[in-house]
Amino acid sequence: MTPEELAEALDRVGYLPDAGIATAAYLALNMHRPLFCEGEPGTGKTSLAVALARALDLPLIRLQCHEGIDATQALYDWDFPRQLLHLRALEAAGPVDVDEAEASLYTRRFLLARPLLQALEDAPCVLLVDEVDRADDEFEAFLLEVLSENSVTIPELGRITAPTPPLVVLTSNRTREVHDALKRRCLYHWLEHPDLAREVAILRRRLPGVSERLAHQVASAVRRLRALDLLKPPGVAESLDWAEALLTLGRTELDAETAATTLGAVLKYREDAQRALSAGVLTGMAGSTIGG
Amino acid sequence: MTGAGASTGLVGFARALRHGGVACGPERVQAFVAAVDHLDLGRRDHVYWAGRLTLCSEPDDLPRYDAAFAAWFGGVTPQKPGRRTRQTSHLAALTNGEAKRNGQAPTLKVAASDVEVLRRKDIATLSPAEKRHLRELLAALEPTPPTRRALRRTPARRGTIDPRRTLKSMLATGELTRPRHRRRTTRPRKVVLLIDVSGSMKPYADALLRFAHVVARRMPVEVCTLGTRLTRVTRQLRHRDPEQAMAAAARAVPDYEGGTRLGETIKVFLDRWGQRGAARRAVVVVCSDGWERGDTALLAEQAQRLGRLAHKVIWVNPHAGHDGYLPVQSGIVAALPHLDRLLAGHSLDTLHALLEEVRLA
Repeated sequence: MTPEELAEALDRVGYLPDAGIATAAYLALNMHRPLFCEGEPGTGKTSLAVALARALDLPLIRLQCHEGIDATQALYDWDFPRQLLHLRALEAAGPVDVDEAEASLYTRRFLLARPLLQALEDAPCVLLVDEVDRADDEFEAFLLEVLSENSVTIPELGRITAPTPPLVVLTSNRTREVHDALKRRCLYHWLEHPDLAREVAILRRRLPGVSERLAHQVASAVRRLRALDLLKPPGVAESLDWAEALLTLGRTELDAETAATTLGAVLKYREDAQRALSAGVLTGMAGSTIGG
Repeated sequence: MTGAGASTGLVGFARALRHGGVACGPERVQAFVAAVDHLDLGRRDHVYWAGRLTLCSEPDDLPRYDAAFAAWFGGVTPQKPGRRTRQTSHLAALTNGEAKRNGQAPTLKVAASDVEVLRRKDIATLSPAEKRHLRELLAALEPTPPTRRALRRTPARRGTIDPRRTLKSMLATGELTRPRHRRRTTRPRKVVLLIDVSGSMKPYADALLRFAHVVARRMPVEVCTLGTRLTRVTRQLRHRDPEQAMAAAARAVPDYEGGTRLGETIKVFLDRWGQRGAARRAVVVVCSDGWERGDTALLAEQAQRLGRLAHKVIWVNPHAGHDGYLPVQSGIVAALPHLDRLLAGHSLDTLHALLEEVRLA
C-alpha cells in the first residue's frame, strides 16, 4: 500500500484527506508509531481515526480523556462487587482455603478491560485517544509507558502484550502543551482547515442532499467567516452543521436572511455573530454565484 | 532504501533545522530517517512530509521548518503554509555578547551587605559584575506555586462527613463509631508569564526571562515573549541549565529589542492558547512598560478578555518602581481598568514581591 492508495481507501469511506494526512496515516501504520494530531477544533482530527478504522476494516476503540482520568478508567479495574459476590458464594459453599480463594479472585474474569487494555487485547485495531490535552500530566507518563511498550503489566496477572501494535491516533486541541516525551514517540501532524474545493467536496460527500451550489455557498461563507478574526473561527464540523441546518429548513440557497437566522449553527459567541453581521459577510450572498 | 550518503544528507538537514530554532533531538532525527525509508527518497513531497511529521512538534515549528526545508532542498515548499511565514533570525544568545566582553573580568566577591544593596538596585543600572551576581541570586529563588481547590477529596481530621468511609467503618465494627471526615485537596494553579522583549524593555528583558526560567522550574507555567509578534518560549526554558535555556530562547525569539504591539500580541496569545485553556483560571503576569505602538482600543479589548478568562491579571512595570511614576503610558492607561494589580519589577526585591503576590493569588 502506498500513501496514495491509503488516501483512496479513506476517500471511499467518506473522509477526504490531503497529501499530508495520507502520508501521516501511512507512516503511522508502517512505522508502528502513534499519530499525534493537533489543530483547530473542527479540522477532522477525531474523524480521521474513525475513518481509518473503517477504511482498514478494524475495530475502533476510543478513550476520551478528561481532567482527573486515571489508570482505573483508562487501563483496567478489578470488578469489586463481583469479587465480593464470588467470595460470599465460596463461603456459603463450605470451608475455604484462604490462599486458593484469593488466587481465584484475581483472574481474568474479574478484570474489567478499559479502552487501553481492550486495544492491546483486540489488536489489530485503531485506538483513538481523544483530547489528550485534557488529561493531567501524570496520565501522560502512564500513557507513554503503555504506548512505547505496547504492553501492560498487571501485578496480580502478569504481562499482557499486544500481538500486533494497535494503530494509535492521539488528538489535542492545545488547551495545554503535551509533554515532549510523549510527542517524541509520535508522528506529529498539524491539521489546517481544508481549502475551498476540498470543503465543498466534504460537504457534498457527507450530506448527499446538499446541492453543489449550496455547498459552495456555505463553504465560501465559512471561509469568509474564518478570515474575520473571530474568537472561535468555524471548523468543518460547523460548516457541516450549517449545511445540515439549511437542509432541514428545506433551503436550496443561502441568502443573507437565511444566513442571519441560522448563524447560530456556525458561530457560538455573541461577539462573533455581531462581528460577522457588522462586517457584512452575510449580505449580498444571494447574488454570489458558483465559481466566485 | 536510503543509502549512507542520503541519510547523512537528511541528518545535515536536521542539524540546519535545529539551528533554525526547531528543537529536534537525535530521537526525532532517527525517526525522520526511518520515515523516509518507508517512502520515496526521490520524491520531494515525501521527504517534506516525512520531515514535518517527525521533526516538528508544535505549530510554531512549521514556518521554521518550511523555511529550513526551502533553504536546504531549494525551490519552494510542496505545500504553501496556511499562515504567513515568519522570518527567522539567528540572534546571538541574549547573554553571549555581554559574557564575551566581560569574560576575563575577575569574579567579584560580594559581601552580604552588598547583596542587600543589589536587591534594591534597579536592574537597568547594574554593572556587568553585579549582573552576574544577580543571575546567581535569581537562580536561588524558590518560588511556590499558587493553589486552587481540586475536584478530589481526601480524608481529613475535620471537614465535611465522608459517608463512604464512615459506612465502611460501621460495617467493620457493626456500630456507629466516630464519623469520618474529608476535605477538598488543592492543586497548583497555572501561571502565565507574558514578557515584553521590545527595545524599551531591553535593560530588563534578560533578567525577566531568567526569572521566568526559575519560575518555570518550580511550577506549571507558560512563558511567551511579546514584541512585534508573540513567541512561546516555554519549551526553550525547560532546559535545566539557565545559560542553555537563555540561548534556546534567544534563538526562538526573532523580534528581540524590536517594537511593541501589545494589543495584537496579547490577542494572538489569547487566540492560540489563552482561550483554549492556558489562561483559564490562571494567574497571568504581564511584564511590560506599557508603551504601545499599536491601537490602544485593541489592547483595552484584549485586556478585558484576558481579565474575564484569567483568575488574576498582574501587570509588572519596571518603571512603576521609579520615583514619581504615574501610569500614563498609553498601553497602561488602556489596560489598567482590567488589571487586578500593577506592580513594580525593576529590582530583585520587587520580583520577590511579585512571587509573593503570585503565590497568594
